[in-house]
Amino acid sequence: MGTAKHGQLSQGGKPALGQARFKGWRVVLLVGLPLLLIMVVSLARQEDGATNLLNALVRLANFVVIPGATYGAQLALGALGVTLIYGVMRFADFAHGDTMAFGAMGVILTTRLLQHLGISAGHLPTALLALPFGILATIGLALIIDRSIYRFYRQQRAAPLIFVIASIGVMFVTNGLVRLIIGPGDQHFADGTRFIIRAQDFREMTGLAEGLTLRTTQVITLVVAVVVVLILFHILNRTAMGKAMRAYADNEDLALLSGINPERVALWTWVIAAILATIAGTLYGLDKSFKPFTYFQLLLPIFASAIVGGVGQPLGAIAGGFVVAFSEVALTYPYKTILRYLGFETDGLVQFLSTDYKFAVSFIILVVVLLWRPRGLFRGRIL
Amino acid sequence: MKKPFLTAAAVVLGAIVAIGVFSWLRPRQMGEEASDSIKVGMLLGFTGPLESLVPPMADSADLAFAEVSASGQLLDGKRIKTVRADSTCTDTGAATAAAERLITADKVALILGADCSGVTIAVANNVTIPKGIALVSPSATSPALSTIEDNGLFFRTSPSDARQGKVLADVVKERGHNSVAVTYTNNDYGKGLSESFATAFTELGGTVAINTAHEDGKGDYSAEVAELAEAGGELLLVIGYVDQGGIGIVRAALDTGAFEIFGLPDAMYNQVLLDKVLADGNDLTGSFGTVPGSDSAGAAAFVDIATAAGLDGEGAFTGESYDAAALIALAMQKGGAPTSEAVVENMLAVANAPGEKIFPGELAKGLQILAAGGEVDYVGATNLELVGPGEAAGSYREYEVQGGEFKTIGFR
Repeated sequence: MGTAKHGQLSQGGKPALGQARFKGWRVVLLVGLPLLLIMVVSLARQEDGATNLLNALVRLANFVVIPGATYGAQLALGALGVTLIYGVMRFADFAHGDTMAFGAMGVILTTRLLQHLGISAGHLPTALLALPFGILATIGLALIIDRSIYRFYRQQRAAPLIFVIASIGVMFVTNGLVRLIIGPGDQHFADGTRFIIRAQDFREMTGLAEGLTLRTTQVITLVVAVVVVLILFHILNRTAMGKAMRAYADNEDLALLSGINPERVALWTWVIAAILATIAGTLYGLDKSFKPFTYFQLLLPIFASAIVGGVGQPLGAIAGGFVVAFSEVALTYPYKTILRYLGFETDGLVQFLSTDYKFAVSFIILVVVLLWRPRGLFRGRIL
Repeated sequence: MKKPFLTAAAVVLGAIVAIGVFSWLRPRQMGEEASDSIKVGMLLGFTGPLESLVPPMADSADLAFAEVSASGQLLDGKRIKTVRADSTCTDTGAATAAAERLITADKVALILGADCSGVTIAVANNVTIPKGIALVSPSATSPALSTIEDNGLFFRTSPSDARQGKVLADVVKERGHNSVAVTYTNNDYGKGLSESFATAFTELGGTVAINTAHEDGKGDYSAEVAELAEAGGELLLVIGYVDQGGIGIVRAALDTGAFEIFGLPDAMYNQVLLDKVLADGNDLTGSFGTVPGSDSAGAAAFVDIATAAGLDGEGAFTGESYDAAALIALAMQKGGAPTSEAVVENMLAVANAPGEKIFPGELAKGLQILAAGGEVDYVGATNLELVGPGEAAGSYREYEVQGGEFKTIGFR
């Protein structure tokens, strides 16, 4: 990434992460040590401490870790798209949530067609087969919008704010387009085997009081996210086009002078952003449910993720996605039962925020980061 | 100078003549239309969180109106024509605007509706009560509607949730559950029913582990379910809508294994729920609930005529909708005029004893008796008895889910 390149340019051959000046280990220590202490204390205090500890961990995994990781991966993919567009095109793309909805819509319509034709992916959702078609449709939409709207402003060398306002217009148009085509209602398109582990089966298998659920869509989300991120980083770091994009992001004038074609850079940026948006939108829809309005609402946590990580920082966007997701889940989760397993009886639910305030979490994170560390957790050059 | 003045004068004169001719023609047209048909507004949530429940309700009401119109007995052969409007179930602004339009533009005699409690309260307070128009709801069940100052203009053929709360509490307790987690949709219906349930259940010695609201229209309810699971409770009572948060909560709770048994009140009673849960690979067997309904001869009669018309006679609030429509027609007949006043004055008289008992499919007989100056006691599909401020006394059907079907357990 930019950090690696920066590392090569500066005289010290520091590792990439150190260069990004991310003091993550401090946070890990701050949270991890007290948790470890609580576990040790509970083990020592209770007779069947080991079973209770296991129960507490399973419950935590079932309600916090697995949902948080899945949601985090979905946010991270969305935030990667936002960050990429910001890094290369230099504006915050407000239409990204609705681009995700458009991509997911393309996948849903293709899925319906495939189901109608009797084609399925066996245990996996048919949507995975439909993904390439959804991606093609979204690339088409992104390129049409770029050619008809953004290119004009690019040629005028308009201020970033103009782009942002144009993207808000694009957001409303895409939003309307999706509702016109597929309607405003809920769409349920996940098929194949739904569960890898079911709560009841887990209880019977392990004899624990707590059940653990692992859904196919959750595993698919995590696997696909890892693969997509690896490919993206390979493209950015190793291919000529990726290098051209980073050069363009770094210094537009110098890049133009070295013969980089800005239209080609824009083209590939939109293609990659459209792929990321479609995959993120489809994974979210598969795992939760597809409804155009929820994608519009997703914009806030996605922007929060991108900003937490430092806008224009792909690694930061990924970290930001998980920070936001885990904050949302962990802050609205009541810890009463887990604490009971650990030997601490409480009357209240031990919940930091009511679930009604889930959306507020993204806002709080956004405000705190902008006040305390406006350039995000990951500093250094963008892209 | 002269020409423009002349043109202006001609235009003004022309306009006056046109308005004159128009205003002379209009009342005649209206008069002709009114002579053979009576317009009744039907304000139901054709879109929104009850959109799966509403179409059968509207068709059931139309079934009664069609029966009355076909009989040729209503006020010397008048026909009832319904004008449908969308209450949206949740958007009070849209519902009041729709009611306003029905009354001022469509000139309906009265309104059958609305469906959800929140919009019904708004329509009653802002439109129908100030305008002196009768409002007959088949499905607004909030206890708050018993106490609004309606000048006698509001009726409902469904019982207040103050009663459903008690019945639900009895059912839960008799099934041997002592602690319940409750989640309700954040509106007048949800709040009303959850409060009446909590009060009744606590009086019976049960514990309500948590009683919390959920917002409709979210993509993901896992956080809400985690909260409910944490509070504990042997079962989860979901006072929500089948097309909205209610189903989201049920699916998330089954997925995470947080709850296995659910209490499902009237607004969750729909095949869509069972189909979607089965499609997820989950099972609702053992879950139960209550829905307004009775085992009277009237219920069976209604199922017969509904089936003949291609409708589901056991769907939630279909019987109430038929009864609401039938009562409107009977009250008009007794009052001798197709007006709100006639309905308001005679509603209780035709619904309650004394008089000849009238069952679904016998509306022609009822109209005949009334025309001859006799008395009727409309029993209808729901064993109807209007009490207090013009609402049904209420009987409920207890049901249980077995596999992919609702099975009737008994009546209360």
